[in-house]
Amino acid sequence: MKNSDKIIEFRNITKSFGDKCVLNDISFYVKKGEFLTLLGPSGCGKTTLLRLLAGFGNTDKGDILINGENITDVPPHERPVNTVFQRYALFPHLDVYENIAFGLKLQKVPTDEIDKKVRRVLKMVSMTDYEDRDVESLSGGQQQRVAIARAIVNQPKVLLLDEPLAALDLKMRKDMQIELKEMHKKLGITFIYVTHDQEEALTLSDTIVVMNEGKIQQIGTPTDIYNEPQNSFVADFIGESNILNGKMIKDELVEFVGHQFDCVDKGFGENVDVDVVVRPEDIYIMNRTEGAQLTAKVKSCTFKGVHYEMFVDTDKGYELMIQDYNAFEPDSEVGLIIRPADIQVMKKERVVNTFEGEIVDETHVKFLEETFECKPQDKFGAGDKVKVEVKFSKVELIDHPEEGMLSGEVHFLLYKGDHYHLTVETDDGDYIWVDTNDIWDKGDLVGINIAPKDIKITKCND
Amino acid sequence: MKRFFAQCYIWLLLIVLYAPIVFIAVFSFTESKVLGNWTGFSTKLYANLFTGNMQGTGSLMHAIENTLLIALIAACVSTVLGTIAAIGIHNMRGKSKQAITFLNNIPMLNPDIITGVSLFLLFVFLHISQGYMTVVLAHITFCTPYVVLSVLPKLTQMNPNIYEAALDLGATPFQALRKVLIPLLKPGMISGFILAFTMSLDDFAVTFFTRGTIGLDTLSTYIYTDARKGGLTPELRPMITIMFVGILILLIIINLRKIRNAKNATE
Repeated sequence: MKNSDKIIEFRNITKSFGDKCVLNDISFYVKKGEFLTLLGPSGCGKTTLLRLLAGFGNTDKGDILINGENITDVPPHERPVNTVFQRYALFPHLDVYENIAFGLKLQKVPTDEIDKKVRRVLKMVSMTDYEDRDVESLSGGQQQRVAIARAIVNQPKVLLLDEPLAALDLKMRKDMQIELKEMHKKLGITFIYVTHDQEEALTLSDTIVVMNEGKIQQIGTPTDIYNEPQNSFVADFIGESNILNGKMIKDELVEFVGHQFDCVDKGFGENVDVDVVVRPEDIYIMNRTEGAQLTAKVKSCTFKGVHYEMFVDTDKGYELMIQDYNAFEPDSEVGLIIRPADIQVMKKERVVNTFEGEIVDETHVKFLEETFECKPQDKFGAGDKVKVEVKFSKVELIDHPEEGMLSGEVHFLLYKGDHYHLTVETDDGDYIWVDTNDIWDKGDLVGINIAPKDIKITKCND
Repeated sequence: MKRFFAQCYIWLLLIVLYAPIVFIAVFSFTESKVLGNWTGFSTKLYANLFTGNMQGTGSLMHAIENTLLIALIAACVSTVLGTIAAIGIHNMRGKSKQAITFLNNIPMLNPDIITGVSLFLLFVFLHISQGYMTVVLAHITFCTPYVVLSVLPKLTQMNPNIYEAALDLGATPFQALRKVLIPLLKPGMISGFILAFTMSLDDFAVTFFTRGTIGLDTLSTYIYTDARKGGLTPELRPMITIMFVGILILLIIINLRKIRNAKNATE
């Protein structure tokens, strides 16, 4: 790609607030003229990244380049970007016209030219005749239009939008989405859009950057992100999905929910554990069982407007979500078919909890800043650095945090068809992954125990 | 019946509160030298006050001039200082913010006499000769916290992104302050200014301790000295009445502004 096509480049951006690392080594670039969305749950670092680009706050490490020029230390008022803020941030002491003309007046643009430009953008956001109105007398949607007009009238190279539609009602939001998309086409400038709404991101963007925990999870077009999520976080966050443990038997053959399926993925190797994603609308459901790949019993069926959403129990005891235009009665036997192209196979991010540890004595090992009892061993002496592995299913969670060896908070959970896969953040900020059949909620405080026989100690890799 | 007693109680309270002032106001419209002696309605004392046809006119006029000038300077300077301090406090986080807000409240609760004596000792300790300058400094000191207190709520009400929006549109930090922040804080600054002005006009104790020995008089110290020299000069009665009405009007303005702001906020 030509260097001149890159309008913005983030290089190894790292940022912490206190002890909390909000952005962890973020690097990517934005192409000139594209509509790029930073998408992620709240607290994933997307707004922080946008604010760094606008110049509000400094990076701890890393550089930001606009048109190849390093602007990391340039103050906000000298950056060629303009921002549309989440809560509009219009100047309440100025009327609509003066709000929009604010930037132009600072640049000492001649009055007649300001007049022309303001009227042009007012027309663009369909707010002609509102020039003299007091901004506080406008509705939320109208204020948002003024905020957009105030930003684009300065003809920035890049327009930054921080969840601009979050405060609007659903109908208004849909209308504004269409208008934003048209505005992007008409203006031809680069838009960087921050949202937590996956549907909005899919509708608007040319490119989506999915973020979580201060890291980029995936960058791609909306279709890429939806059809080929790279990990279980993306699959779960974007749209509805069935995320299941699977095993790649060989190229183009994968086993999950106790059955083998043809698929189109290859190159994982043989008998490798993988995550499998099947979108609920990609499972074919029918009344007869002959010719089906597997059979299932309908558990529930809910009308969702355009389609029905059903939960079924498969013959091997897994739960799947299915969306179909036809309703199937609860308790009826159905046959299911999943086509090879609709099975998305992903490399597992991890197959076992791995920690760095240190031997305390023959039967004790220290990791996660806590000393655990382990099976007697004689391979290592006190003070040796070791690798500690604990299987997901061997971590025991209990209700009372104070009764566990460690305590933590359930941070993220994923239903995998027949069990939950939880991410638990310990009080020290480390993560433990747990497979369990018990039902926990996000935010639950838990105690964590690990039995001595389940702690596996091996030599450190390095 | 209960209502009747409640009404009586309120009226009794108001009478006790306002009787002395009403008493002086009423007797400002008579010529008698001795307070409490009604010798018929007359506006002569008012005329004397304004034509200067009374004993000690020169020093009284001088005291009034001093009072107004000191109040004006103190109110202006503390409005600037207090606004800047409020912006600083608003941008602080957590513990330090609480600590500073707490420190800001102490001088307001502190008895005037203690503020006066401690400032007096400070000036002596620093070998600053006392006079006009020290009085002004002292007044700025006790007025500033009131300005901080009236500007801070305006900052909390403000959309946190507004200042950033100005920078984003190309304003330098100073332009953003001048074109966006100050206009939005103006109502709070004006309330603070009026409050500081009345506090300064009103002050006796602090002025008394910091004016030194050069014979500087403000209205309050003048009246105090005059009253000690065998009775109040009759012309001070209309003087006091005018001051009371003036302060009353200022207070009404402050309260009306508050009501209007509250109305704007709810709309």
